[in-house]
Amino acid sequence: MKRSNPWLMVLFWVIISFLTLFPIYWLFVISVKPAVDLFSTPDIWLTKVYWQNYIDVLNDRTLRGYMMNSLIISSGNAVLCTTLGFLTCYALSRFNLPGKESIFFWTITNRMAPPAVFLLPMYLLLTQVYRVGDFALADTRIGMILVYCTFNLPFAIWTLRPTLDGIPRELDEAAYVDGASPLRVIVEVVFPLARPGLAVTLILTWVFAWNEYLLAATLTNFNARTLTTGLSEYVTTTGTEWGIMAAISVFTLIPALIVFSLVQRHIVTGLTFGAVKG
Amino acid sequence: MHPNKLGWLLLAPTMLILFLFGVVPFFYVIWVSFHQWNPFAADPSMIFNWASNYRQLVFDAQFMASLGVTLAFVFFAVLSELVIGYLLAQAFMKDFPGKAFFRTIHTLPLIMAPIIVGSIWKLMTTPSIGIIPSLLDSWFGYNLNIGQSAMAAFITTVVMDIWHWTPLVTLSLIAALVSLPADPFEQAQIDGANKRQIFWHITLPMIRPAIIATVFIRLMDAMRTVDEVLMLTGGGPGSATRYVGVHIFKEVFPRTNYGYGSAISVIVLYLTIVVCWLLYVGLIAPRNTKKG
Repeated sequence: MKRSNPWLMVLFWVIISFLTLFPIYWLFVISVKPAVDLFSTPDIWLTKVYWQNYIDVLNDRTLRGYMMNSLIISSGNAVLCTTLGFLTCYALSRFNLPGKESIFFWTITNRMAPPAVFLLPMYLLLTQVYRVGDFALADTRIGMILVYCTFNLPFAIWTLRPTLDGIPRELDEAAYVDGASPLRVIVEVVFPLARPGLAVTLILTWVFAWNEYLLAATLTNFNARTLTTGLSEYVTTTGTEWGIMAAISVFTLIPALIVFSLVQRHIVTGLTFGAVKG
Repeated sequence: MHPNKLGWLLLAPTMLILFLFGVVPFFYVIWVSFHQWNPFAADPSMIFNWASNYRQLVFDAQFMASLGVTLAFVFFAVLSELVIGYLLAQAFMKDFPGKAFFRTIHTLPLIMAPIIVGSIWKLMTTPSIGIIPSLLDSWFGYNLNIGQSAMAAFITTVVMDIWHWTPLVTLSLIAALVSLPADPFEQAQIDGANKRQIFWHITLPMIRPAIIATVFIRLMDAMRTVDEVLMLTGGGPGSATRYVGVHIFKEVFPRTNYGYGSAISVIVLYLTIVVCWLLYVGLIAPRNTKKG
């Protein structure tokens, strides 16, 4: 192919990167502006940094509770999904179960449906059907951890399958011959080898759960509300507090950015995997 | 213990959870959709009323309008993402300093929560707060107000979707372009083909599978867009950006007409399945059978 000037390409990509990064930068600009400065002509440059919005968010007891809920729900869900995904993929790759490929495909169909469609049935089930006496799953952390499995568990299964298939069967067969129990084989032989794949799955499911909004907004009203729902609360109340809203957004964004820097390479391969196969 | 028994035991928790939170809601929503059920009405019990919820749905102008704007949104967003994503993927095929760095930055929006993307674009486009209305005003004298102009709100949601999801298209197409063999291109150049001929007759047919797979994923995702739009416009002004997901969230929940809400959910699910199936049958399946 024809060679073009590499520095022209760099200039092109600097412009594209600017378009990608500017909205994120603007979020930060709004978050460090006092409310009185917001309605003057928007200024691209930051002249002074005002941290009060962040301090207000951290001092707000309700928001601290939301943050705690988000942390507990996404961590609980990520651990649950990765563990179950690991066991499921072990079963799928090591046993000759009849119809196992159909089961594998069935798991992913749970992820295909638009979540909005499940809002109403999920709400009705969690408030009225899945209950023991006075305890209903709606508006509880454990309820949200289980509900998030509908999209995270299929994801965990689909990302872990290649990892488990890639670990040679001979290794666990050798351990069985030596008289190890299935539990010991899983914990001491397979688990250490699957660790990199498990780590990526754990991190990504954590981010998906942390980012979720729609289900949290409809299935919780106080006890298990998450940070993303707190964000929308600041918009609907009379007159938006833009600075606070921006600060909450930054708080919600930071974990995703950290995670992104950790697993960036895997995200690229994970996302492109389907396309290469397709 | 028979080894297969252990296998089923390992699968059991996963299947139980996906059954309770995936399969049961699916059949439950279908069952409720054939009933009249409003817990806060004079008669709060569930009454079987055949398909009258569905009959009502056909004449629901708001719902039909929301289907229409959803299709328009999906069409413009996915088409733009495909064109821009392809051009950017081609730009990544050349060698230039800092390529890996630029690709990392380009991938950044993918990991961001949709609700945060909505929040960011709200801060970018709200008059007197956002930078975009102020720049458009001083450069072109154009007054952008997504709270008043239906067209402006629609375009802003499309631009937001492009910003958020074009990187996905770029990455998939890079993967496809990288794996192309060099021979056909060299041969075509020797034969004197021009750039446009090479694109239409060699590149496009060879990366067609990747394009179809990418469009398939993007279509499914774009049809379910809710969070960002809810945050950015709330479905407004009027119902200009009330895409089906937003419609369910804004209309079905505040009203407690559970039977009717379920019917809407079932129809949306059905339409999603039908669109995906049509795409599959029309685009993906014939190619596979041809390969044999």
